[in-house]
Amino acid sequence: MKLKFEVSPDDFSLVGKASSELKRVLSRLGIDAELVRRASIAMYEAEMNMVIHAGGGVAEADIERDRVVMTLSDTGPGISDIPLAMTEGWSTAPDRYRELGFGAGMGLPNIRRNCDEFDIQSEVGKGTRLRMTIKLGVGGGPA
Amino acid sequence: MTVGRIVEILEAKVATGEEHMGVEVQAACGADLMSDVMAFVKDKVVLLTGLVNPQAIRTADLLDIRVVVFVRGKSPTADLVAMARENGMVLLSTKYTMFLACGRLYEAGLHGGGIREIV
Repeated sequence: MKLKFEVSPDDFSLVGKASSELKRVLSRLGIDAELVRRASIAMYEAEMNMVIHAGGGVAEADIERDRVVMTLSDTGPGISDIPLAMTEGWSTAPDRYRELGFGAGMGLPNIRRNCDEFDIQSEVGKGTRLRMTIKLGVGGGPA
Repeated sequence: MTVGRIVEILEAKVATGEEHMGVEVQAACGADLMSDVMAFVKDKVVLLTGLVNPQAIRTADLLDIRVVVFVRGKSPTADLVAMARENGMVLLSTKYTMFLACGRLYEAGLHGGGIREIV
């Protein structure tokens, strides 16, 4: 099963709709609650990053028998130093997002912590592609 | 500790979720940064926050947090109440500051932090 969402930067209140929908679908498929939670957190952090740093983009989720693969692609400014961006507490988010509860520099590390596989490809001036995999394991997959 | 007991201790107003006063909670987390809530919270805590926007509700829902307390006298707006109701959540509002609200709950026996180990 494939899900695809346009992540718009225009309305902050809508950020996370893709994550909520993904959570609803995974829960309905009978997937283990802890795995659903991990997938939802990763997707939400990635959505938020895309809105804060890249002006939105596209979020996709591919739900397979043994895994959920989430891919987020944007055409934003890209990340010049990925290891630095992966450091907890390091952030370039504008202050207005901190006032809204985000931009604390926990996003990428938190995504990596919640995923079984994590890959980030980024080119300055062209954009970023994030691929996150949650393995569903024995008995964890869709019923 | 039940949600009803939390309402008493914090002298809180119930914005939605009256029917869930008997629900038991074991831990609480106080934070205004939802980034930190997502990074550290592990268990199904009561979330105490001064952040009144849809992302507080969204964060709670994604983490299976069913009870949110708005501190410092802040009240959820109608759209937040509707969002929470749709998700079966309890929203409370207390006049106490974050420090005092957390302190009162801790003093009354709610000692769990509900977070992952911080190294």
